[in-house]
Amino acid sequence: MQENLILDIQKINKSFPGVRALKDATFSVQRGSVHGICGENGAGKSTLMKILSGVYLKDEYTGVIQFDGKELRLKENAIHEAKELGIDIVYQELALVPKMTVGENIFLGKEPTHAGRIDWSSLYSRTQEILQRYSLDINPQAVIETLSVGKQQLVEIAKACAGKTKLLILDEPTSALSEKEIKILMNTVKTLKSNGITCIYITHKLEEVFEITDTVTILRDGAVVTTKPTSEYTNETLISYMVGREMTERFPKRDPKLGDVVLRVEKFTVQDPHNPKKHSSHDATFDVRKGEIFGIAGLMGSGRTELIRALYGEYGTKLSGNVFINGKIKPIKSAQDAMKSGMFLVPEDRKTEGLILQQSILKNITIPSLDIFSSFFRIDKYKELKTAQTYAKKMAVKAPSLYVKASTLSGGNQQKVVLAKALLSDPQVLILDDPTRGIDVGAKYEIYKQMVELTNEGMSIIMISSSLEEILGMSDRIMVISEGKVITVLDSGEANQEIIMHHAVGAS
Amino acid sequence: MNSDTNKISVPSFSQIRARLKNYTMIFALLLIWIVFGFLNQNFFSARNLSNLFRQMSIIGFLAIGMVPIIVTGNIDLSVGSVTGFVSALAAYFQVYVFADMFPALLPGASPATILLFSALSTIILSLLVGYLIGCLHGYIVAYLGIPAFIVTLAGMIVFRGGVLGVTGGENVGPVNDAFKFVAQGYIPIPIGYILAIIAVALIVYQQIRRQMNRQRFGLERDSIQRILFVSLGSSLLILLYTWTMSQYRGIQNPVLILFIVATLMTYVSNNTRLGRYSYAIGGNREAAQLSGINTKKTIFYIFSLMGLMSGIAGVILAGYVGSATPLAGNQYELDTIAACVLGGTSLMGGEGTILGTLVGALITASLINGMSLMNLDIFWQYMAKGIVLVVAVYIDVLSKRGAKS
Ligand SMILES: Nc1ncnc2c1ncn2[C@@H]1O[C@H](COP(=O)(O)OP(=O)(O)OP(=O)(O)O)[C@@H](O)[C@H]1O
Ligand SMILES: [Mg+2]
Repeated sequence: MQENLILDIQKINKSFPGVRALKDATFSVQRGSVHGICGENGAGKSTLMKILSGVYLKDEYTGVIQFDGKELRLKENAIHEAKELGIDIVYQELALVPKMTVGENIFLGKEPTHAGRIDWSSLYSRTQEILQRYSLDINPQAVIETLSVGKQQLVEIAKACAGKTKLLILDEPTSALSEKEIKILMNTVKTLKSNGITCIYITHKLEEVFEITDTVTILRDGAVVTTKPTSEYTNETLISYMVGREMTERFPKRDPKLGDVVLRVEKFTVQDPHNPKKHSSHDATFDVRKGEIFGIAGLMGSGRTELIRALYGEYGTKLSGNVFINGKIKPIKSAQDAMKSGMFLVPEDRKTEGLILQQSILKNITIPSLDIFSSFFRIDKYKELKTAQTYAKKMAVKAPSLYVKASTLSGGNQQKVVLAKALLSDPQVLILDDPTRGIDVGAKYEIYKQMVELTNEGMSIIMISSSLEEILGMSDRIMVISEGKVITVLDSGEANQEIIMHHAVGAS
Repeated sequence: MNSDTNKISVPSFSQIRARLKNYTMIFALLLIWIVFGFLNQNFFSARNLSNLFRQMSIIGFLAIGMVPIIVTGNIDLSVGSVTGFVSALAAYFQVYVFADMFPALLPGASPATILLFSALSTIILSLLVGYLIGCLHGYIVAYLGIPAFIVTLAGMIVFRGGVLGVTGGENVGPVNDAFKFVAQGYIPIPIGYILAIIAVALIVYQQIRRQMNRQRFGLERDSIQRILFVSLGSSLLILLYTWTMSQYRGIQNPVLILFIVATLMTYVSNNTRLGRYSYAIGGNREAAQLSGINTKKTIFYIFSLMGLMSGIAGVILAGYVGSATPLAGNQYELDTIAACVLGGTSLMGGEGTILGTLVGALITASLINGMSLMNLDIFWQYMAKGIVLVVAVYIDVLSKRGAKS
């Protein structure tokens, strides 16, 4: 193996029951580079990274991996061993102890001691040092749960790099971050690179690929399609490699036919459950019309999610205001009431809020709609299966069968399951909280197409999104929120990124 | 996005291992039986087996109620005390209330009629009390939001106090013969066979319907091996059991009731919304809530069912012992939880089956029965029970680790 390669992967094969996740995957990574990996949902990206980081052991896959000049053979206690060798991984899901401080988390399991006692001053000064090395503006003594998700992600990276990391794997690190936090993370990765640490960077966000990576490997259906320097790709070629066909447009065409007002929210004020003196939503008034896609934009923490959760009866205490559906006032106290009034929420985090991971796809899809198939005594399982199949197909869920557990699906497919579940419940107003988070371009387009089709059939959609592009590309009207207050509602014709940002930072 | 191309049909080693895992506890049970069979020739006598299953039935009822509780991520520590309390009330009412009330209410009725009325009233009263206690626990846990551990720990103490209060710290009894019959009686042997045949017929009917339905909905039919294994296997077990018990005095009443209740509860947990919702809640409460499931109501129902099961257990216990004692039902909650865990119910919630749990209950009952046959001291029995629990769960952990990937 050449000196300038840190990692060389040869013919990796890995199967799960019913799925071949990796087929002869072969590529290598230059020492000191940022190596991007792109591919559709379920292409096998995370699986490959789990092999590198020791989640799967040597006898669970075939193929040869050379790391830093030696063959990688991870057996017992593999995750620890991989760390010892210098391979560290940061998952999208955070793995920090929420009630401990930044310093305690970074040194968890390797606390500096003095005469058998934890040497706190050394721990915090060394934490400070590490944080400074990557120019992170975080207090070492801050308790993790008080930090924003973005900051937590950065702490996670700092933690990974506190040791003797040579290769840092970042698996979709930005999908829960705000634009600003993404910038900081990008800078951190650049700092790492200048410190000689090699990074493997997995993302579905093409801007990030072009901004930060030196080389990109494309995976499709478990096989490597190509590995090339980033400069040799364009947006279009990158996408066509990933999805295996040309994609001429990012958003489907649509000519909206708006009907009457379906949902009207009036002077809606909600008490913040974490701070009773504050309002998480204040005096919000807006309406959504039949067949409309109503976008909600705002910075992370602006109260977008809190507002729709409160509408859905699952957040805070309503202090005043009313919700009307088709002109009738609806007292909504729980998700159950909301669904009865014709709403359905696809929550922000599919793993902790959207899915029951240990249950099958089938059960996940039908759980909110069991009433359709059930009498008091019995669930008609055949009807249930047939219906679930229809909806899984509609959303193009990719899985060996509907009986596999949701936990075994790739991120994007999990999201499709949640959407299938939402569609089956057939709401008048579908609320999507960041629906394309962690989803590949091809699947995004599928989801957009579904949204268009649904609105054509007369459904109304409220969509929260962190991606301004998506908001602008899909919405008929855009409501901008800042600090729980509705700043403005823009027609899509008069909106652009600058105007939205201007309102979102509360500058008006 | 065709998934068929990715299909591999040969089950991998880990899949086979995962399938075997379902049977670990059955192997454990057989092993225990074989060992005791060797050590004591009476173990396999019809009489002893008859006792063994009867002894197991009380914990069986409690375990059936406990499975959904643990599945929803809760726990009920009060079941021992509640069972004891119900049995004490039953004995008390039999001896001090109904014994005088019915002769006065029904002058001229035959003694047999009076016995029957007294027994029936006691049963209804017991079930009602158990059910209401379950409702109370359920209400506090679900609607007032106090953790089940605390609520039922309190319940355990309160109702132990209740037992002492009702019994006055002494044995209350004896209960009348009609009442005893529920716990101690037998189904006449010919009727036992008829019931067994009906059960077999139902199993076969169910299999046929299943295959027809699968065909009707365009699904692959189950493999012949599976059909044979399921229908022949369970039919044979039922017939074998009936035959063995007929060598003694016939099928025991409480075991028959247990069988019926277990079948019903298995049906509820697999085929009704209540069942589906409890697994969903245990799997991810947040997701369940956002899916519009009334999580509070579900948990309330689950606890009320547990109460009803404790009521049944109380009736059987009182009838079995023939009187109520201050220590009635002591530590049953531990045996019950042990049976659930042995049977593969996950204390993290979201997983567990009634059938598995009954096997778990049978394992603990077999241990106790075998060791008392051998006249081992009670302290050995305690120790063995504890050790088996840990070992069994360790085997389970091992096999899960093997089958993860
Ligand atoms: N534990 C598992 N059991 C069964 N199948 C699995 C398991 N883990 C992954 N798979 C399957 O392997 C394939 C690759 O999954 P992987 O998570 O690597 O995809 P990914 O490229 O990371 O996708 P995403 O972008 O959506 O995260 C998918 O088809 C997935 O369903
Ligand atoms: Mg992934």
